[in-house]
Amino acid sequence: MPQASFSSKEFADPELCKGLLRTLRDELDGPLRFMEVCGSHTVAIFRSGLRSLLPEGITHLSGPGCPVCVTHDSEIAAFLALAEKDNVTIATFGDLMRVPGPKGMSLKQAKAQGARVQVVYSPLDALALARQEPERHVVFLGVGFETTAPGVAATIQTAAAQKLENFSVLCCHKLVPPALEALLQTSAASQQEVGAASQGGIDAFLLPGHVSTILGVQPYAFIAQQYHTPAVVAGFDPADILQALLLLVRMRKQGKAEVLNQYSRAVQDNGNPRARAVMDAVFSTVDAPWRGIGLLPGSGLAIRPEYAAFDAMQRFSLTLAPTPEPKGCKCGAVLQGLLTPPQCPLFGKACTPANPVGPCMVSTEGSCAAYFAYGNL
Amino acid sequence: MSDNYILLDYGSGGKSAQRLVSQVFVRHFANPVLETLDDAALLHMNGPIAMSTDGYTVDPIEFPGGDIGCLAVNGTVNDVAMLGAVPKYLSCGFIIEEGLPMDVLERIVASMGNAAKKAGVLIVTGDTKVVPKGAADKLFITTTGIGEVQRTPAPSGHNAKPGDAVLLSGSMGDHGLTIMALREGLPLEMETRSDCAPLNHMVAALMQAIPQVHTLRDPTRGGLATTLNEIAGQSGVAIEVEESQVPVNPGVAAGCAVLGLDPLYLANEGKLICIVPQEFAEQALATMRSFPEGAGAVQVGTVLEPGKGLQQGQVALRTPMGGRRLLGMLEGEQLPRIC
Ligand code: SF4
Repeated sequence: MPQASFSSKEFADPELCKGLLRTLRDELDGPLRFMEVCGSHTVAIFRSGLRSLLPEGITHLSGPGCPVCVTHDSEIAAFLALAEKDNVTIATFGDLMRVPGPKGMSLKQAKAQGARVQVVYSPLDALALARQEPERHVVFLGVGFETTAPGVAATIQTAAAQKLENFSVLCCHKLVPPALEALLQTSAASQQEVGAASQGGIDAFLLPGHVSTILGVQPYAFIAQQYHTPAVVAGFDPADILQALLLLVRMRKQGKAEVLNQYSRAVQDNGNPRARAVMDAVFSTVDAPWRGIGLLPGSGLAIRPEYAAFDAMQRFSLTLAPTPEPKGCKCGAVLQGLLTPPQCPLFGKACTPANPVGPCMVSTEGSCAAYFAYGNL
Repeated sequence: MSDNYILLDYGSGGKSAQRLVSQVFVRHFANPVLETLDDAALLHMNGPIAMSTDGYTVDPIEFPGGDIGCLAVNGTVNDVAMLGAVPKYLSCGFIIEEGLPMDVLERIVASMGNAAKKAGVLIVTGDTKVVPKGAADKLFITTTGIGEVQRTPAPSGHNAKPGDAVLLSGSMGDHGLTIMALREGLPLEMETRSDCAPLNHMVAALMQAIPQVHTLRDPTRGGLATTLNEIAGQSGVAIEVEESQVPVNPGVAAGCAVLGLDPLYLANEGKLICIVPQEFAEQALATMRSFPEGAGAVQVGTVLEPGKGLQQGQVALRTPMGGRRLLGMLEGEQLPRIC
């Protein structure tokens, strides 16, 4: 998904990183299992080679941070049902094209069989498409977290202001904090079950920079307050991640649990209130299905009745039919940090990026796909 | 030509087709073999022959640094050259969409003629079909090239040996990023240009100077990463690449950051990978650098014995801060037509 780039040369400087790694090694006073919950972090940690350099004792876990990976089978089924309709053009971010739905069918295959599916870089491109093709109905597939949702909300408002009649959004947006809460609950429960010596559990969180530009820091406060787990909002260059790890190690040393902001060059503590207001005006919170995790209360967005004319769910009377989770897939455990991808018996055998079984292998940002692509060197 | 647009008649084999052939194609490709206009071209060649064919469907058909015409010539010339062969003759097949502006076709054919002259090859036979509007997108070109192999065994993707140096003739990703940016209408801060160029003269010099060249490949679609994976697999070796050594132009790097792309997976149309025993690396680099298309030549990696941390067929990347990770193959990415 295209996202604003706050990448900076300075934070990719190899010498700075080497220095930070030394400090981290010196200050580390015991094992630390940290989880990142953003696909961009997953990729950044693997791509930069950071993973192969982390001091022994620091364990990197990838959570459910890729919005494509967590798009549910039932949602993909709805996308495909829409793509089959005459006169409908689907406009989507490119990443969704490959995601297989219930019978292994994907938008890419639907396109090959004649469906009109157009890859766009922004929801506004979808709006432009609707204006260009007044005789067709353009449906934009709204997926992603708080990062993409405000842009989609603003697009719906624009469509309403222009009284556009051939445009709607199939809204499958999901929210990050409720997923974190669910993870912390299961993590706490599984630790109680197996005892403190268990391999599972999450000691600290690396929070997603992009999402936080919208949310700010406050919505994560419960992580520290209720679950006594330190967390840091971090950028995506290697030095960002290393600085954040250092902050986590130091908090733990001091017995503190807080939510800190390392990424202050892009994230304001109160986020972007205007973007949140647009989101609130157009969307309301609903329970939503997450691939590999299940239904999470209050974790999704739906279009408010005022904008029902732009809600593809309503316009085409779609419902999300329950679908079974893929057999043998350990994604649930992987997403909760209980297993690493290579520990899944299907990894690299029945399940590969070309032929993904579970959500974590589907998107290039998924944790299984990252292990597969970048290796465990 | 009298018409401003290509009409269906031009593919009919009748008078207007003849006019198109003589006034556009023969004029720009001018050479005695083609000018006989017999049913086939009569060629004289020596020794083993290298042959390659490729279809070109790039969209847009004109772009900074080139167009579909010079791409169709250079792409096939380069494929033939990668066997260490001297490309001699090309054939070309055109599929033209009805309604293509005549001046666009003329420009592209002229560009093919120029590219052929630069590469020193003759376009000796061809075919033109015009299809109804919508049945093709503007213009598709297929070229086939043949050349004389200079040495057997010819350089091959199967010949990389542990200890060999992996050399690159210049910067990565220029063609791929230029096309992607144009297609998506993305305003980029810095200008980028396709690197479309013939490599046969540089290859001839390399083969002359260093008969020990093990492998030559041009990293077109899928880029450096994909081509190195293919070589590692074919040769049954592992390869390690030093990321900081891989040249990437600033405009390409900036564009990649915006589009979320990796230059190591982007197509190149005027660059080659040369794998030689390490002791010949300096000489090979000096040879490449004596050509404008090889001015940026550098060593980017080494071929390794598999089994020591890397398996057969794997390619690893050493990152600038000293980390190490796999550099895998791309998984059917959503790429527009780039060649
Ligand atoms: S390897 Fe495949 S099946 Fe196993 S957990 Fe990952 S996505 Fe699921």
